[in-house]
Amino acid sequence: MLSNKSDRIFGLGVVAVALAYLVSATQIPAGFLSDPVGSRTFPYIIGSIALLCGILIILRPDEDPSWPAWPTVARIGSALAVMYVFAVILRPLGFIPSAFVASTVISYLIVPRLLQALLTGAGLAVGLFFILKYGLGLGIFAFGKMLAF
Amino acid sequence: MDLLANLTQGFAVALTWSTLLLAVAGCFAGTIIGSLPGLGPSNGVAILIPLAFSLGLDATEALVLMTSVYYGAMYGGRISSILLNIPGDEPALMTTLDGFPMARQGRAADALVLSGVASFVGAFLATVGLMLLAPVLARVAYLFGPSEYFALYLLAFCTLGGLSSRNQVKAALAAVTGLGIAMIGLDNQTGLPRLTFGELHLMDGVDFLVAIVGLFAVSEIFFFIESHGKESAIGVKLGRITIPVKDIVDSIWTMLRATVIGFIAGVLPGAGASLGSFLAYMGEKAISRDQETFGTGNPRGVAAPEAGNNAAAGGALVPMLTLGVPGSGTTAVLLALLLTLNITPGPTLFSDRPEVVWGLIASLLIANFVLLIMNVPLVRLFVHILSVPAWLLLPGIMLVAYGGVYSLSGSSFDLILMTAFGLFGYIFRKLDVPTVPIILGILLGNNMEDNLRRAMIISDGDWTYLFSSGIAVGLWIAAIAGFVAPIFLRQFLRKPSQPDSNA
Repeated sequence: MLSNKSDRIFGLGVVAVALAYLVSATQIPAGFLSDPVGSRTFPYIIGSIALLCGILIILRPDEDPSWPAWPTVARIGSALAVMYVFAVILRPLGFIPSAFVASTVISYLIVPRLLQALLTGAGLAVGLFFILKYGLGLGIFAFGKMLAF
Repeated sequence: MDLLANLTQGFAVALTWSTLLLAVAGCFAGTIIGSLPGLGPSNGVAILIPLAFSLGLDATEALVLMTSVYYGAMYGGRISSILLNIPGDEPALMTTLDGFPMARQGRAADALVLSGVASFVGAFLATVGLMLLAPVLARVAYLFGPSEYFALYLLAFCTLGGLSSRNQVKAALAAVTGLGIAMIGLDNQTGLPRLTFGELHLMDGVDFLVAIVGLFAVSEIFFFIESHGKESAIGVKLGRITIPVKDIVDSIWTMLRATVIGFIAGVLPGAGASLGSFLAYMGEKAISRDQETFGTGNPRGVAAPEAGNNAAAGGALVPMLTLGVPGSGTTAVLLALLLTLNITPGPTLFSDRPEVVWGLIASLLIANFVLLIMNVPLVRLFVHILSVPAWLLLPGIMLVAYGGVYSLSGSSFDLILMTAFGLFGYIFRKLDVPTVPIILGILLGNNMEDNLRRAMIISDGDWTYLFSSGIAVGLWIAAIAGFVAPIFLRQFLRKPSQPDSNA
C-alpha cells in the first residue's frame, strides 16, 4: 500500500488536462494583425508549465492527506448533488422552494436531525428571501414560472 | 501639504451618512465573519461581494463596505482563537498560542480587550502608513512599462505561491491553473474566442466571482461536512469585561514593534497577514527576557500577533492600490471587486480617482475607531454569535452565496460552474494545492499576457527586452528568490504546533 497514491493519481490527472489544454490551444484561431507573440504562445507556455508540474508531482509525490471515510465521502457527494440540483432548479422553481430543499438537506448532512433540519430549511428559505430581496434588493424571485398557476 | 488637502477631501467623502453607515455595517458583518471559526476574511469578503454589487453601490461605497468587512474580519479572527482555541482565520492562528492559555486561566476578558487594543494599534498605524507610503509608491509605479509589469505579476505569483504551500510545484501548478482559466474567452487583442469549445456562456470568460465564491465559500461547506459540523460551544467562561491597564501599558512597545514588522510583511506582494503575525510573534519571543512564558498565556504573546496581522492587513492594501498586485489572499478578492467596478488599480488611480483612494483611506481611519468600540466594550455580543451552530450557519452561507451570484448573472450555468469550483477547491486544498494563486491567476492572467504581448510588440519579438531595465531585473531576481527561499527557510519557519485544548 503506497502512502502517496493520491498525488500520483492527481499528477496523472494534471498531465492529462495539461495535454488536452495544449491540444486545444493549437486550435485557437490566429488574428489578422501581426503580433510577435500571438494568441497561442501564452496558452502554450501555461500548458507546458502545467505539464511539467504534473510530471514532477508524479515523480515526487507528497504523503497522502487524511481522506474522509466512505460515509463522509457519501455525505459530501450528497451535498454536491444537492448544490447541483439547487443550481438547476433555482431559476424554474424560484428561491423559496429550491432554498428550502437545499438548506434542509445540507443542514441534515451536518447534523442528522430531521425536524431540526426541516425547520432550518423553512426558516432560512423564507427569512433569507425577505432579507436578500427586500433588505438588499437582490434580483431573486420567491416562486418561479413553473409554479405560477 | 498635499497630504492634508487629500485627506480633507477624503473625509468629505467618508463623512456622509451613507458612507458612515456602510463602514459601520461592514465592520459589524466583518467582525461576525472573522469570529466564526473557519470563516476567514477571504471567505467573508468573497461571500459578500455579490451582495455588494446587487446593492448598486458606487465605487467608493462598495470599496468602503468591503474593506470595512476585511478590517472587521481581521479584528474578529481573534475572538474564536482566544475562546475556542480555533483560529477564526489563518492569521489568527498565532493568537491561539497565548490567547487560549490566558482564557483558561480565567483571563479571557483581559485577553480579548488587550488583543482588541493591539488590533487597533496595528490597523490604525498601518492605515497611516498606507496613507504615507502609497502615494510615494504610486509615483515609482509610473516608471513601470509592460516588461516591468510582467515581472511584477510574476513576483506576485512566486511570493504568494512560495509561502502558501509546502510544495513549490503545487504552488506553481495553482498559478498556471488560474492563468489557464483566464485564457478562456475572447482574446483581447484579436477579438477571437479562445478555448471556449463553442460554449456561449464561456465567451466572456470565467467570471472571477464565480471562481472565488466557489473556491472559498462552497469548498468550505464541504470541509464543514467532513468535520461533522463540530458544534461550536464556548469552551471558556467570559467574566466581566474590565480594561487590563497594566497589560496594555506593558505591551505598548510590543504592539509598536509588531506593527512595524507586520506592515512590512503586508507590503511585500504575496506575503500577507499570516506571515505578519507569525514574524511579529517570533520576533517578540526572541527579544523578550521571559521567553519560557510564551505559549503559557503571556499577554505580550497575545498583543504581538494581533498588532502584526492587523498591520499586515493595512500594508497589503499598498501594493494592491498602487500596482494592482494584491499583497494577500483577501486583497486578491478585493482586487476582483475593483476590477468589476471598472476601476483599474495602479498609479493612475491616485491621479484620476483621488476621491476613491482618499475616501477609502479616510473611511478606514474611521472604521478603526468603530472597530475599537465594537471589539472592546461590545465584544460580548460577538461572543454570543460564536454559538451559532454549524447546521444553521452553513446552509445560510450556501443560500447567500448562491443567491448573490445568481442575482448578478441570472444563469444556472454560472451556479453549476461555481459548484464545480467548490468541489475542485475541496480536492485541491486536501492535496495542499493552494487556492489563492488560482484566484490571482484568473484575475491577473489577461493583464499578464497583454503586458507580455505589448512588450514583444515594442521590442519586435526580442525576448531579452523583458530584462532590459534595472527595475525589471530586480523584480525577476526577487521573484526567483521569493519562490526558492521558502524551500530553505521552511525548517526555520515551521509553525509551532497549536496547544492541545485538553492539556
